Amino acid sequence: MKKVLWLLLAAVLAVGIAACGDDLEEGDDSGSTSTQSEGEGGAEKPAITVGSANFPENVVLAEIYAGALSAKDFDVSKKLNVGSREALFPAMEQGDITVLPEYSGALLAFVTEAKSDAKEIGEQVEALNAELPAELTLLEPSAAEDKDTITCNKETVDKYGLASIEDLAKVGNEITIGGPPEFAKRAGFGIKALKRVYGAEFKKFQPLDVAGPLTVAALKDNKVQCANLFSTQSAIPANGFVTLEDPKGLVEAEAVVPLISKEAATPEVTETLDAVSAALTTDNLKELVKRVEVDKDDAETVAQDFLSEQGLE
Amino acid sequence: MGETWEWLTSSEQWSGPDGIPARLLEHIWYSALGVFVAALIALPAGLLIGHTGRGSLSANTLSNFSRALPTLGLVILVFRIEPLSIWPVLVALVVIAIPPILLNTEVGIRAIDPTVRDAARGMGMTGWQALWRVEVPLAMPLILAGFRSATGQVIATATIAAFVGLGGLGRFIIDGYSVRDIGEISGGALVVAVLALVAEGGYALLQRSLGPKEGSRRRRVAGPAVHHEEVHA
Repeated sequence: MKKVLWLLLAAVLAVGIAACGDDLEEGDDSGSTSTQSEGEGGAEKPAITVGSANFPENVVLAEIYAGALSAKDFDVSKKLNVGSREALFPAMEQGDITVLPEYSGALLAFVTEAKSDAKEIGEQVEALNAELPAELTLLEPSAAEDKDTITCNKETVDKYGLASIEDLAKVGNEITIGGPPEFAKRAGFGIKALKRVYGAEFKKFQPLDVAGPLTVAALKDNKVQCANLFSTQSAIPANGFVTLEDPKGLVEAEAVVPLISKEAATPEVTETLDAVSAALTTDNLKELVKRVEVDKDDAETVAQDFLSEQGLE
Repeated sequence: MGETWEWLTSSEQWSGPDGIPARLLEHIWYSALGVFVAALIALPAGLLIGHTGRGSLSANTLSNFSRALPTLGLVILVFRIEPLSIWPVLVALVVIAIPPILLNTEVGIRAIDPTVRDAARGMGMTGWQALWRVEVPLAMPLILAGFRSATGQVIATATIAAFVGLGGLGRFIIDGYSVRDIGEISGGALVVAVLALVAEGGYALLQRSLGPKEGSRRRRVAGPAVHHEEVHA
C-alpha cells in the first residue's frame, strides 16, 4: 500500500515537472518493470531497472548505465528523476530499482547518518560495503567526482570577504542559504553538518530545488546569498559564483559509483558498468552536465553520444 | 495514519517560521490575495457584462481559455521573470479564480427577470441605481457561489507556492516528499483539506445569512428565478 502511494506520488511529481517545460527526462517505465531474475550466474540475463535522482547529472549517468546495459542486450527499464536519496534508497532496498548512479561520500553519510570518518574513496567504498544492507553492493568507483558545495554569489563574497565555509561562522547570521528541501533535514551535507563541523548558522534557509534553475536564479538575483550547488555545474563559473573552500573536509571525496542490488550484479553486468566507470572522469562529467543543463540537450542523446565516443556500445 | 498523527501532534510542528501556524497563515495570505485580486478584475467585468448583456461570448471564451492553462506551467513561466517573489503564485491563483467569479456574476445579473429591471427603471432609477439596489442584491447568491468555488480551488492550488521556493502548506508536502516523510506529506495535505472545508463552511454560513429570506421572498412577488446552485458555464 505504502509502496503504491510512493510510486503514485513519484509519477505525479514526474508529470508535474515534465509539465514545467523543463528539459527533464520522465521515467520510462515501459510495461513490465522489475521481473526478478531467478538465480545468479544462470544463462538468463537479469532484468534491470536503472533509477536516478532528480537532478540532470544523475539522470545522464543513469542514461549512460542504461544505454551501456541495453547495448549488451539486457532488458533495461528506467525510473528517472524519482527524487532524493531518501526516496531512492528504500526503492533500491525493495528491488524496485536495481542500479543507481551514486556518490561515495554522500551515500556513506546517508547510510551511517554522518557517523563515518572515511575520507578517501577507497576507505569510503570499504566502509559502505560493510554498512550497506545485505542485498545491495557497490561496483568499482569511477575517477569522476561531483562534490556538494557551498557556493555564493560574487556580491556576497566581495561584501564579506568570504573564501572558506569557516568564514560563515561569523557572518552566517546575515546570510540566507538556499538548497533542496532535504538540505535542512539530512544528517549528511546540509544545515546540520555546517553547524556541527563549522559552527555556521544562517539567518534563514530557503528551500529551492536540487541545484537546479530555481537555485541558480535565486543566487543570481541575490534572493539567497549562498546555496548548495554541485562542483560539476558550469553555472558556477558562468555566473561568476564562488565556491567556498572546505578546509575541514566536510565533503572530501565524492566518486561517482554504481550502487546495485546483488541479485543484478552478475559478472556481465559488473563488467559492463565497470567499463562505464573506467571511462568517466570529472572533466567529461562536467561536459555531460553542461550539455544537459546549458545546451538543453536531451539526456538520453547526451548519454548515447558519450557511449559511442567511448566505444561502449 | 499513525505517522500522520505523530507528525500533527508533535510540538515542534506548532511553532516557529516553518511550523503549521506560520505556514497556515502564509497559505491563507496567498489564497486571500489571489481571490481578492481576482475579484477586483472579475466582479466589475461580470457586473458590466451581465448588466449590458454585451461581451458575454468573449468573457466565456476567455474564461474557458484560462481554465485550460496549466497552472504549474504558468507558475514556472512567471518564475523565470520574477524569481522568488509572490508573483508566480499570485498570477496562477488569480487566473484560476477569475472564471468562477466572472461567470457566476454575469449569469446572476443576466438571469434576473426583465420585468424586475423594467420596474426599477419605471420607478425612475438610473442604470447604476438599478444595478446596485436591485440587480446586485438579487444576484448575490450566485455571486457568492462563484466566490465559494473560486476559494476552494485557490486554497487547493496555493500548495504550488512551495514548488517555487515560497511557503504555505505546500511546503510540508514538498519537503516531506524530499525526505520520504509520509507523516509530513499527509499531515500537510490534511491541513490543506481542513482549511478548504472551513472556508467552505464559512461561505455556506455567509450565503445563508445574505441569501433571500423566506419571508422577504414571498413579499417580492415579481422576484426572479434565482438558482442557488453554482452555474457551470
